[in-house]
Amino acid sequence: MSRSLTARSQGMAACHDCALLVQLRSDLAGSAVCPRCGAPLHSRKVDSVGRCWAFVLAAAVLYVPANVLPIATTRSLGFAQSDTIMSSVIYLLQEELPLAVVVFVASVLVPILKLVVLAYLAYSVQSGSRWRALDRTRLYRIAEAVGRWSMVDIYVVTILVALVRVDELASVDAEMGAVFFGAVVVLTVLAAHSFDPRLIWDRMEEADG
Amino acid sequence: MPEEFVACHDCDLVHRIRVHAVGTSGRCGRCGALLFHTKKNSIERTLALSIAGIVLYVVANLFPFLSFDMQGRVTETTLVSGIQQLWNQKMFSLSGLVFLTAVLAPGLQLLLFVYLLLPLQLDRSPWNGRRALRWLLHVQRWNMIEVFLIGILVALVKLGAMAEIVPGLAIWSFATLIVVLAGANACLDTRSIWQRIPVASS
Repeated sequence: MSRSLTARSQGMAACHDCALLVQLRSDLAGSAVCPRCGAPLHSRKVDSVGRCWAFVLAAAVLYVPANVLPIATTRSLGFAQSDTIMSSVIYLLQEELPLAVVVFVASVLVPILKLVVLAYLAYSVQSGSRWRALDRTRLYRIAEAVGRWSMVDIYVVTILVALVRVDELASVDAEMGAVFFGAVVVLTVLAAHSFDPRLIWDRMEEADG
Repeated sequence: MPEEFVACHDCDLVHRIRVHAVGTSGRCGRCGALLFHTKKNSIERTLALSIAGIVLYVVANLFPFLSFDMQGRVTETTLVSGIQQLWNQKMFSLSGLVFLTAVLAPGLQLLLFVYLLLPLQLDRSPWNGRRALRWLLHVQRWNMIEVFLIGILVALVKLGAMAEIVPGLAIWSFATLIVVLAGANACLDTRSIWQRIPVASS
């Protein structure tokens, strides 16, 4: 197939929720509803690039306090020790190397790479790039799939807080860093969800004429 | 075999698909996205795994998860006690996030599976089935229990030097639940379910 026929070029839209292909009526523009599942119909995700940028920038700002502030404080026999994300990776490095690698990738690398990838994709769509559409689509799929693994540090704090509360002997308190970090994870999930990979391919068609 | 037009969800290219047999799948010719994947005994398998999942979910939430033995003083925890503890420390957003991703989303997902698939299995149509299926698709994204398991491993290593940790009954059913829920998701053929649920009468 040399000529690509897209749903949009035929005046149709695939439902975001149930994937039904629906002919859009021009008199219902903006308020059409999927006849099968009732979801609002849009040819492309609404305001995709703008929303993606908003979530990416918000996550990037919060990424700083999430990494600088401590995520938990451990009190044991009068000593108190605050841990940041990085210091807990360094601690794990001395105990269990494979687990340290997993936590470093999930908590430090994944959020920052995901933000860079989504920012690049949003920029590439805005600038009308036609470079390697297939690879950019794959990049999007990876960014969307891996984001959830960043939650691992939030869960570690939750489990430590639950387990370590032996009256005056030992306790763990969650700190603000964990709140910021949780916000970063949620915002990057929302950023990936708001980006529409079909925009990458729209630019290719416009260029084909 | 019926023919059907579908648009690729990643690049919008329209394809004419003809589903020949169960167990076949089709990918987009331009970007490689999965267009459809029909599965053998999809409803039966997803339903069976979901019912097993509900049993495991109840056990995972009611029984002791981990016990912490520090110089003879034992703290017993359940899955939700970390969430309660975060709430007590006034970390409301964190507590809510963990509750959503580790307790609410998997539970809701299991209930919606059974709510949708049990009537279909008995050749009835679930009330408001289409809305329930839409909810299911949105809930799925926030279920992160497989990540929780890695969190448990990290916590065990961190506390290993400080005290003795005893795994409880709930942790085994939680680990099994992760496998069962992943299996239920893998067996689900959303496309065929959309076709089987009748349009709401409204």
